[in-house]
Amino acid sequence: MEKKAQTLNAKKLTKQDFASDQEPRWCVGCGDYAILAQVKRVLPELGIPREKIVFVSGIGCSSRFPYYLNTYGLHTVHGRAPTVATGIKLANPDLSVWIVTGDGDGLSIGGNHLLHLFRRNLDVNVILFNNEIYGLTKGQFSPTSPLGKVTKSSPYGSVDAPLNPISFALGAGATFVARSIDRDTRHLAHILKRAAEHKGCSFIEVYQNCNIFNDGAFAELTSPETKLDHVLYLEHGQPLIFGKEKKRGLRLKGMNFEIVELHEEEDVGQLYLHNENDFNPAAAFLLAHLTDREDYPTPVGVFRRIQEPTYEYLVHDQIQRVTDQKGKGDLAQIYMSGDVWKVE
Amino acid sequence: MEDAKTRSRKELEHVIVRFAGDSGDGIQLTGKQFTRTTAIARNELNTLPDFPAEIRAPAGTLHGVSSFQIHFGREHIHTPGDKVDVLVAMNPAALKTNLRHLRDNAIIILNVDAFTEKNLRLAGYEKNPLETGELSAYQVYPIAITTYTLKALEDVELSHKEKERCKNFFALGVVYWLFDRPLEPTIEWIQAKFARNAVLAEANVRALKAGRNFAESTELFHSAFRVLPAEIPPGLYRNITGNEALVLGLISAGEKSGLSLYYASYPITPASDVLHMISLYKNFGVITFQAEDEISAIGSALGASFAGKIGVTATSGPGLSLKTEFVGLAVMMELPLVILDIQRAGPSTGMPTKTEQADLLMAMYGRHGEAPLPVVAACSPSDCFYAAYEAVQVALRFMTPVVVLSDGFLANGSEPWRIPDPNDLPPIQVKFAEPNGPFYPYQRDPVTLARNWAIPGTPGLEHRLGGLEKEDLTGNVSYDPENHDKMVRLRAEKIDRVRNFVAEPEIVGPEEGELLLVSWGSTHGTVLTVVEQLQKEGHAVSMYHLRWINPLPEKLGTYLKRFRRVVIPEINLGQLASLIRNKYLVDAIPFNRVRGLPLQVSELTEFVKSLLEE
Repeated sequence: MEKKAQTLNAKKLTKQDFASDQEPRWCVGCGDYAILAQVKRVLPELGIPREKIVFVSGIGCSSRFPYYLNTYGLHTVHGRAPTVATGIKLANPDLSVWIVTGDGDGLSIGGNHLLHLFRRNLDVNVILFNNEIYGLTKGQFSPTSPLGKVTKSSPYGSVDAPLNPISFALGAGATFVARSIDRDTRHLAHILKRAAEHKGCSFIEVYQNCNIFNDGAFAELTSPETKLDHVLYLEHGQPLIFGKEKKRGLRLKGMNFEIVELHEEEDVGQLYLHNENDFNPAAAFLLAHLTDREDYPTPVGVFRRIQEPTYEYLVHDQIQRVTDQKGKGDLAQIYMSGDVWKVE
Repeated sequence: MEDAKTRSRKELEHVIVRFAGDSGDGIQLTGKQFTRTTAIARNELNTLPDFPAEIRAPAGTLHGVSSFQIHFGREHIHTPGDKVDVLVAMNPAALKTNLRHLRDNAIIILNVDAFTEKNLRLAGYEKNPLETGELSAYQVYPIAITTYTLKALEDVELSHKEKERCKNFFALGVVYWLFDRPLEPTIEWIQAKFARNAVLAEANVRALKAGRNFAESTELFHSAFRVLPAEIPPGLYRNITGNEALVLGLISAGEKSGLSLYYASYPITPASDVLHMISLYKNFGVITFQAEDEISAIGSALGASFAGKIGVTATSGPGLSLKTEFVGLAVMMELPLVILDIQRAGPSTGMPTKTEQADLLMAMYGRHGEAPLPVVAACSPSDCFYAAYEAVQVALRFMTPVVVLSDGFLANGSEPWRIPDPNDLPPIQVKFAEPNGPFYPYQRDPVTLARNWAIPGTPGLEHRLGGLEKEDLTGNVSYDPENHDKMVRLRAEKIDRVRNFVAEPEIVGPEEGELLLVSWGSTHGTVLTVVEQLQKEGHAVSMYHLRWINPLPEKLGTYLKRFRRVVIPEINLGQLASLIRNKYLVDAIPFNRVRGLPLQVSELTEFVKSLLEE
């Protein structure tokens, strides 16, 4: 059986190999299906054997995710997936660990854990499905719902200022911060792959349509007519250009971006060149907050990607160094620590 | 010894000494040194450190008083003792807060230099108690401890303040003389401790000797004492606190099982020492994680258990409240997990540095849904070693979270521990699931009902676990009513079967009689002392001390019926009593004191006697 398992893994896996025998129970038309499909498409391309992949989730619609993949998986406690993932990754750094969460699970009840996960730079991948609504509890406003949002729990409009997930991740020191959209399948697959390849904590915010409780929240960014005018594709080393005709761009003016209409080819020269490896997070923050400004496009792609030592590396390196220094632990020796006396 | 020739010493069976002073006076250190010397002199002993929660409470105030009590003697020393025979009070506040602990005619050694107008005012004394006659029921020895210490250190190159700080060793020297104790163990300790600062080492040694010489040469005391050595089984000994013992027990279980430990916690009194100590032992491959909160600590421990380590977390009451949701998940996922609860006085923040036994029902039932788990309670500081070890054994064997109950008294209290040979510890066998034949995550061992432990990295055993109800065998999500009923019963039955795996406690005394005391946890010493005393007086009294509270031992039901009366002493409002009354329908009588302190022998004896006389 051992041998058979090895041969199974030696052959190239396909997305079917990653489908579990459980039927997804999301609503028909839910954006979660699209994300699941892209994850299944990307996993075989990573060259990681199935048994070394663990998906961890909290509670919510998105958190049913692990049940639908034929990898190791845990469906845990609301908001707490990062904690469980931390234990798994520290226990066995060899595993590829993924966290699936939502705007409520990850940013409301579990905001604290996400913050600490980012600052420690544990080498895991976080996919946050942001549909700007509570789905599983049937339609209350979430920490990312816009001001004034009318929901079951805010019949007169929400007065809660929304959180910006990208800004939050940048602020907490995540070393890979990206955004994609459920319906932009090729882009999503590309970003998922890049996140997996990043050594360190990767965060992907995925705009995901909840067609039952918040249908069309991202319509401007997904409908063929409006999409190109409203989405700014971030590409490393490239100028910030958007618009159907690619005739608009962003340049820095003082401490802000401003829109430049590109009339001549030379106009491109004044545009800001996106540098995802910039150690200074200032430009990434400016990009994250473009969504606050009317008439500005919504960036998708990688906002920031920097290299820092990973948490699991530091933890195990310290264990190794202490062991080298003190020698392998000996029970009899620690029993005798402190004052020992002999009774004849 | 010279003085033994010149003066006779009164032999005592046992003595209770209490050191008290400002939290900056080095009281805990003084107490620990006295304990060490007492142990080396081969007495049985038991200690009670008691210190304020404030890091540095204002000097001289009542809430800044720190104390350390030690009870030592020739035999039957199971508690820190009730009434103090000798009090060392380093300031008026220490005197005031500790007077109520003294027996009549107790010896009080006072640092009279600290009885200044300011300190008296801070302690709330309108008049100096040394002048009012209010201490006439005691033998008071006012000594100018600060003055004599400074004088002894006159030519030492230290600041006035540094010299003054040596005064606790002067006081210790005085008490050593009183009990005919050698100075050498403390001198050796000082020299090792201050190896890098010869001047400070010299100063402390001089202060210690000066105290001893002062007591001897001034013939200050009316009488001096001697406590004969106990009959102690031969072997190597050390002092150990409950928290130290927990750490050693866990590390040992990690080594014996061949799995490494994953320890995660969030600092909380009185459990933090476990984190501090276990963090030192990284060369055992222990992974320690100081989490962002209590929830993260247990969540990550559970994740580590899923990945094949022994996940452990420790906390105290408020932290256990926060962890409960994850404990429920661990019950559902049927993964091994050890949760140490070092109980403290509650509810809410309560009295963090004080002891209590009021988390028992929380450990038993503090989860939503039917979520049973094994609960084991340590009965003494050194027993924490075995409780932790056994908890790991049970968690691994039965694939279940286990709660270990300790408390503030055990955590900080210490006792001599006969050091075991690691080779004598029972083996811990672990078998991960292997890929042969079809794999069912919830297939159970027919004997223990434990499910398979299949860890990530094992090809062919990919599976999903979660908080949703599981279908029997496959572990798939199931809302089937009959399946849920079955799974609820299976999880309960599994925990019940732990009874067949753990040792039954032995009854102390005859198996039938007039009155049975049933106890658990840190009250062991008090109850045992009471029972031994009453048995000596000829009463038909026995004691049954519970180690595993879930599941309860088989014989408990039988014993409960063989005594006319059953008394259950606890530091809560009757939690074990209600469990037992509920399960066995016996009219057990609770005895409860909830003062943040251990139960007293005298009050329990009185209570039991009053029942015996009825």
